Amino acid sequence: MVEDMDETPIGRRVFLGLAAFGVSGIVWGSKAAGLVERLLAPISVKDGSGLLGLLPTGRFRIYSVTNTLPKMAPANWRLDVDGLAGAPYTIGYDDLLRLPAVGLTKDFQCVTGWRVPDVRWKGVRLADILERAAPNAEAKAVEFESFDGAYTETLTLEQARRDDVIVAYELDGKPISSAHGGPVRLYVAPMYGYKSLKWLQRITLVVEPRPGYWEKQGYDVDAWIGSSNGRSDEPA
Amino acid sequence: MDRFDRTTRWLHWINAALVGVLVATGAVLYWGELSSIVGRRALFKEIHVIAGLCLPVPFVLALPGRRGLRLRRDLGALNRFSPDDFRWLRSRGEDPTVRLGKFNPGQKLNAAFVAAALVTMLATGLVLRFFSPFPLAWRTGATFVHDWTALALGLAITGHVWLAMADPDALRGMVSGKVPARWARQKRPRWYEEISQEPAGSATPGP
Repeated sequence: MVEDMDETPIGRRVFLGLAAFGVSGIVWGSKAAGLVERLLAPISVKDGSGLLGLLPTGRFRIYSVTNTLPKMAPANWRLDVDGLAGAPYTIGYDDLLRLPAVGLTKDFQCVTGWRVPDVRWKGVRLADILERAAPNAEAKAVEFESFDGAYTETLTLEQARRDDVIVAYELDGKPISSAHGGPVRLYVAPMYGYKSLKWLQRITLVVEPRPGYWEKQGYDVDAWIGSSNGRSDEPA
Repeated sequence: MDRFDRTTRWLHWINAALVGVLVATGAVLYWGELSSIVGRRALFKEIHVIAGLCLPVPFVLALPGRRGLRLRRDLGALNRFSPDDFRWLRSRGEDPTVRLGKFNPGQKLNAAFVAAALVTMLATGLVLRFFSPFPLAWRTGATFVHDWTALALGLAITGHVWLAMADPDALRGMVSGKVPARWARQKRPRWYEEISQEPAGSATPGP
């Protein structure tokens, strides 16, 4: 075997250096993620090719909790509003679109760390949806149910009546796709993404809510962005 | 000419299969359009985690003892950069007077990068899967590193496969273990001389 004296043993050093850099990113990565997000956000807005959408920043991750992606045509979609209410009712997609609409442009923040800047939502204020059912005085909270058969969420009635909590049917100017929780989903702007229940089909007024799907997995019930789940993100 | 022994080839292809499964299932978990077509997120997550946890196994089996002797020798060759290697890097492989050993410096850098990337993916993947004992910021950090490293690793793998396809003789080295002597004389003259104990210069005509 030829052992040249002038050979430099650097392969292992490159390996160890890169590995140490990568693994230590577990600790410094959350800061770097925020930085990259801020640097790329202004570019990705102007990016017409959609190529930046493939990069791991400022994009939605699609989570679902059941085996198949829940799908429903708008024509078949119904929303039940019931529970402790004087006038429980069911509303279809077209009738929902005829209610007074509000638009919200806000960042979407996931509890796992990713954030999508300036998402444009359109829908009906949850407060209006609830008011039409004439809630009883003893109703203190709201339970939400998804048509995937598994996903549930809750809000207190006070939280549900905020202006930045909507029953959404448009995302970035288009009807909400199945992947994003369409045809109709909840959007709870001040809270982490898991509170914005996808594939909405039922809203029930209750006294004491049962914990929702993600709360049973250990996440906070009051999921304020920046002051829950041990995180310190900027509010959306 | 004998280039890679059985242990090395088995390690290469079992690792390639595991990484292939990880790339495919990872793509389903990551890429929204794809996940909405195939669904079954929980199943793909399970496969992804199991394949990831299996990654170190072939290395642990292949490296020790007599079985891993030649593999360890190759790792030594990947570690050492000769003055010719640096000239090759500076000239981007164009310098005709460069005489390479068993691996070209691109292969050496690729090996170091891929090994480091796999360690990084495994470590960050463990934090993502078993996140409860760690601070939540670590999970954000691990997500960030796991995503970007996956992208870089995907590019490296694409380049690796591309170059292997472009040089069928070299690819044969990893499939059958042998390469034509002509290939070794031309592309890896120092290695040829080491193995055959003859000069690789143009004096020796092909068989």
